[in-house]
Amino acid sequence: MTPVRLDRVGKSYGSAAPVVHDIDVTIESGEFFTLLGPSGCGKSTTLRMIAGFVTPSTGRILFGERDITTTPSNKRGTGMVFQNYALFPHYDVAGNVAYGLVTRKVPKSERARRVAAALTAVGLDGYADRRIDQLSGGQQQRVALARALVISPSVLLLDEPLSNLDAKLREETRVQIRRAQQEAGITSVYVTHDQAEAMAMSDRIAVLEAGKLHQVGTPRDVYHRPATAFVATFIGGSNVLDAEVVEITGDRAVVELTSSGAKLSTGGADGAKPGDRVAVSVRPEHFALTDPGEGAFDAVVRDVEFTGATCQFELRADGLELSVAVPDRPGLPRPGDGVGLRPDAEHAWLVQP
Amino acid sequence: MSAPAVAPKARRRLPASDGDRFVYVLALPVVAVLLFLVVIPMATTAVTSAGGNGFAENYGSLFGGRSGEALLLSLVSSLLSVLFCGVIGTLLAVLLHRFDFPGCRALTVFAVLPMALPPLIGAVSFVLLYSETGIVPRSLSALLGIDPSTTSVGGLAGVVLVHALTMYPYFYLSVSAALAGMDGSLEEAATNLGANRVRVWRTVLLPMLTPALVSGALLTFMMSMASFTAPQLYNVQTLTMEIVSARTSGNPALAATQSTALSVVSIAFLLCMRWYQGRRVHRSLSKGTPSARRAPSSAAAKAAAAVGSLVLTVVLLAPVLVIVLVSFSVDGAWTTQVLPSDYTVDNYLRIFADPANLLPISVSVQTSVLATGFAIVVGAAAAWVVARWRGTGRGLLDVVIMLPWALPGTVIGVNLVTAFNEPGAGNLGLTLVGTLWILPVAYFVRFVPLVFRSTSASLEQLDPSLEEAARNLGAGPLRVLRTVTLPLVLRGVLAGALLAFVDGVGEYVASVVIYPPGLPPMSVEIYNRIYTSEFGTAAAYGAMQIVLILVVLAVSNRLGQGPRQKQPAAAALPAA
Repeated sequence: MTPVRLDRVGKSYGSAAPVVHDIDVTIESGEFFTLLGPSGCGKSTTLRMIAGFVTPSTGRILFGERDITTTPSNKRGTGMVFQNYALFPHYDVAGNVAYGLVTRKVPKSERARRVAAALTAVGLDGYADRRIDQLSGGQQQRVALARALVISPSVLLLDEPLSNLDAKLREETRVQIRRAQQEAGITSVYVTHDQAEAMAMSDRIAVLEAGKLHQVGTPRDVYHRPATAFVATFIGGSNVLDAEVVEITGDRAVVELTSSGAKLSTGGADGAKPGDRVAVSVRPEHFALTDPGEGAFDAVVRDVEFTGATCQFELRADGLELSVAVPDRPGLPRPGDGVGLRPDAEHAWLVQP
Repeated sequence: MSAPAVAPKARRRLPASDGDRFVYVLALPVVAVLLFLVVIPMATTAVTSAGGNGFAENYGSLFGGRSGEALLLSLVSSLLSVLFCGVIGTLLAVLLHRFDFPGCRALTVFAVLPMALPPLIGAVSFVLLYSETGIVPRSLSALLGIDPSTTSVGGLAGVVLVHALTMYPYFYLSVSAALAGMDGSLEEAATNLGANRVRVWRTVLLPMLTPALVSGALLTFMMSMASFTAPQLYNVQTLTMEIVSARTSGNPALAATQSTALSVVSIAFLLCMRWYQGRRVHRSLSKGTPSARRAPSSAAAKAAAAVGSLVLTVVLLAPVLVIVLVSFSVDGAWTTQVLPSDYTVDNYLRIFADPANLLPISVSVQTSVLATGFAIVVGAAAAWVVARWRGTGRGLLDVVIMLPWALPGTVIGVNLVTAFNEPGAGNLGLTLVGTLWILPVAYFVRFVPLVFRSTSASLEQLDPSLEEAARNLGAGPLRVLRTVTLPLVLRGVLAGALLAFVDGVGEYVASVVIYPPGLPPMSVEIYNRIYTSEFGTAAAYGAMQIVLILVVLAVSNRLGQGPRQKQPAAAALPAA
């Protein structure tokens, strides 16, 4: 439907450091796009700039060809689901869902039909006359979704809509949101701090930290090919080792670890050149434990945690703290033992430190 | 009124919405009204204070002579009032919120009753009860043969007594709120760490109550400085009394000087209070339930609690009861008896039968309705502007609208009389003195802060994302205001408006300075009747005011029970 373009968008308050810094990204038509990051990273501010509640200090926002940077929020035609749902307590369920249709001067008969259809779509048939405070959290969430979708918005904005639900309901609802979005084919921007949620739902993810955009990519991209050390650790967790590039072959590199001087082969070397100070990300499950002296470098086991399918090792190697996860089996090393560590060359990835 | 330290709200701070220009559009008329009716009259008074014998002599008189004595008397009576109110209010709050005994629930209602009485009625009832010819000294004399002059209170002691028993709710309410917002686990933590009950109070509870005590003290001090009715009835020449006598004796410059001095003190206290409440030192960081009430365990303690509770109830209800009782007494028949001997309903019948007697009621009701209507529009608009204002100037606007609340009624009266006495630049050629219009203007100025405060409290409870949701769904600023904001804060606006209305009907302090000849409002009429010893008729008017107030309080408490209101509506009543 409508692509959304953020053209070097920034926001700062007074002379303080910018809350959002030069975000440049295009959200494709019909795409489910997630802004992911820890709290205070600027993801909500970015969403609120798209909604029109916050005016960017720099840059432009475009819906398709239309520059809406300074368009009042009520004239943008977006649908938004708020974190606390923001349902009007003085209207019943139908009144809430109809609100956007009334402002759009949709005739009464059509309004009733569309409200009923929207409530059916979210599984709330027969709830039209309920007061908001008679609904459970999950039901309120679905009313909020119906209210945002019934106006056929050009862009759907979702601000942590699942954070107030319990774990089980969260998983059900995220399937429901995803389905509704795909059926309507609406360009959607979703804000969350939960990386699992982002991975499960998104077509693409933008990872933000301290107002800066670290990486935009598919869930697989950001997981397997993180651009920065922050992305690698924030998504899925990873060991990030400081290193220097020694040699480049195509998109692969040989690097020398700062800590031990050991040489590793990594992927993700596009644009790097010998002598660059970089970092290597190796996820806990991409290390193999060997006997001392047989891996790329040696380490000492400090702690072992049994978590079911795997055993989680905390190790110390040349002043570094590392995590390694291996399938549980008899005869694994114990705290105090020396081991060797061999990273899986296929999954070692060069990132910006 | 005071915003006692309550537990912090656990709401996520949203990044602020960038302001709508609409706020500024609405701010203009609000600021214009406040300038015209509050700021400029105050400035006019300040200018006038340089006239007469000249600036130096006028202000010099504050440090000696009659004005100086009056100022000293005001300060002394206020400090004593703070002391007694503090003790009574705090003890009562602790008693009613930490202990469980028979009649405890009912007492929490009666405890705020003294504040609900119109100031004049409150003061009159205390004269009827505790003065040398009052019911209590006379009954003690009849029962125990004690000389009434030793058990009666008059003069400065009388003023302090009235203040102590009508103003303690400022302490009571703020301490109650602090106790209710306190997390019981803090005490448990202290006990767990080995503190005994005395140490818990000294090291945990009292420091946590400090903000409530300080706001209670500031408020009580402000209100006692502003008090006029009690000094008038006990004939104590405080500064407010001096202002009125300076005006009536034809020395407007001196009255203006005294008013300005009193304004400065009041404003200083208002700023002080804002600053202090902005600091909020000790607050419960954790959310939790207050600790459970403690019930007396031994039989003796239970009996003592029951008796004490009964006595307290009688003391708290006595002012209302005595007004109702006297309202049925025959004018002039009550001379030396303990209680009036003859009873009749004639007082009420006469009021309704004779148009001349009905006039004060009609004056008060009509002018209050007018003032309230205006206060709703300006107060609610101002609350919305202050809540949504981004950038500088917000604090100033807040101070200007709360200013009349801090100013003594006497000063507001003098300000309006000075500003609207004859056509001039400051009043746009408007002369209100001598016309009925001056009353609604004065009531509006005095009570618009009530609507403002009450609406502000509702707005604070309003989740800002509701307005954003409406904007997002296509509603323009006006439609958001009409369909979302207004319906959700309506209870707050109405609660404030009802209080403004009853306070207008009971208003005496400013009225007595400004009322047009031949058109006395209700309270002035009550005073006139007392002056001519028609106690029965005076009390009948008073009883009607009390009934009106109780009805309105009941209604506004129902309003207050809405899902978005936390503070009891009674917390917003002023006294003078």
